[in-house]
Amino acid sequence: MKTIRIGSGAGYSGDRLEPAIDLMENGDLDYICFECLAERTIALAQKSKQADENKGYNELLQYRMEQVLPLAHTRKIKVITNMGAANPLAAMNTVVELGRTMGLTGLKVAVVLGDDISHSIGNYLDFKILETGESLNRLKDKILSANVYLGSDGIVEALAKGADIIITGRVADPSLFLAPMVYEFGWDSRQIEKIGIGTLVGHLLECAGQVTGGYFADPGKKEVPELWNLGFPFVEIDENGWGHVTKLKNTGGCVTKATCTEQLLYEIHDPKKYITPDCIADFSNVEFIEVEKDKISFKGATAQSATDTFKVSVGYQNGFLGEGQISYGGSNCIQRALLAKEIVKKRLAQMPFEIDELRLELIGVNSLLDQSGSTSSFSEVRLRVAGRTQHEEQARRIANEVETLYTNGPAGGGGVSKKVEEIISIASTLIPKKDIAVFVECNTI
Amino acid sequence: MKLWDIAHTRTGDKGNISNISLIAYDKRHFDLIKERVTAETVKQWYGAQVKGEVIRYELPQLGAFNFVMYDALEGGVTSSTALDKHGKTLGAYLLEMTV
Repeated sequence: MKTIRIGSGAGYSGDRLEPAIDLMENGDLDYICFECLAERTIALAQKSKQADENKGYNELLQYRMEQVLPLAHTRKIKVITNMGAANPLAAMNTVVELGRTMGLTGLKVAVVLGDDISHSIGNYLDFKILETGESLNRLKDKILSANVYLGSDGIVEALAKGADIIITGRVADPSLFLAPMVYEFGWDSRQIEKIGIGTLVGHLLECAGQVTGGYFADPGKKEVPELWNLGFPFVEIDENGWGHVTKLKNTGGCVTKATCTEQLLYEIHDPKKYITPDCIADFSNVEFIEVEKDKISFKGATAQSATDTFKVSVGYQNGFLGEGQISYGGSNCIQRALLAKEIVKKRLAQMPFEIDELRLELIGVNSLLDQSGSTSSFSEVRLRVAGRTQHEEQARRIANEVETLYTNGPAGGGGVSKKVEEIISIASTLIPKKDIAVFVECNTI
Repeated sequence: MKLWDIAHTRTGDKGNISNISLIAYDKRHFDLIKERVTAETVKQWYGAQVKGEVIRYELPQLGAFNFVMYDALEGGVTSSTALDKHGKTLGAYLLEMTV
């Protein structure tokens, strides 16, 4: 019975590298996947590519690959990552150049292309925005980028071509992990329940430490041992789809039925219909079984055939955010912060421009959820003012009206911070799969 | 008792939709939670934060529920002016509910 080991090397663009290296050195892995794209990451990367045609890939690519490539080479671990972001071709070139410098002869680097449809999004302006139901046409002049969520196909093709390092742009998170199972076990859409199992594995691993005790601890209630030394997960799975999630023994964290259940439901809606480019996964009957400490097997995942559309993330310019914060402490701090809030509100009302959206809130009281809590016994509180405007200069005026509280507001304000940033928003739509051509390029070092 | 005593949560976001998993430490509490923590009570609990509907999915074999809350994130992480644009802290407030 063929069995493979797939590790998770990153759960988001800026994740820690040490646990990934530990896994590569001590996990006897066949594959390691680095998932590094969130909804907006790629639109931001498109902006940096527009500024410099050699940029637009993950900022930590070089740093990560300096340590990952030699291990991939000597230990024959295949690396799959969407760190290509908006510029997978430039990312591949960077990796190839690095590999040459390090003398890693024979290493084959592949890139999966086809997700970037920024050039042809104009053909779909009459398509509906999933979030609002409006037509994409409404955003026409503000669109910065459009990327399709590809499935596992391109990665499987790269593996079939013998690639050791595979760089992609926008690929659905679980598809990165599904690809090696499809390639190694020859699973295809005739065994759609296997695609469902592989998607479950991908979903459990795609956030790395979030299944090994990260984002889980609640002291006194949900204890996680040695969280500072959190290990990343890997899965061992056989060709029939039986397997377990675990972590290295000498690492911190824990893999339990509870950590797996939290991750199972993370960012999914109907557990019966988790739509990916590869299938409509059904997690509604998934069960977890503790095989031994920190080793959890799974069963019950299945799937239906994939839809005939791809989801597209369309990035667009949506104005500017201006934000300022100031703290108040000691006796009566809440009252002084509330006075400061009223002052800023009145001053902003006199500005000669529209503020599209304005929030004034007290961090420590009501900034996360507006509940009518007690305001009597705080030893410190922080006013936060944030507004969205059409122009950068207007956003700066909002931030400045918090800073000016130093000499023009209540007693004892301190620790001002302010920021102004462009808002890149995302709208989604669905386009026919037949419109998209996926292709793979290889380069041997 | 509070929900915190018998259950845990993790919160995620997709666009302007927030989802909160609510998982009983002990499956024996599944029915109690099912009776008390409904889509309606959750919508009410979050007040003005959740402008759309709330749907509850049940996974009894895991002692778990998934609450999907529409129009709950002021436009979502890529356009909201909120401090916690993902709404990742929302689940912790659900555990404050008395059952």
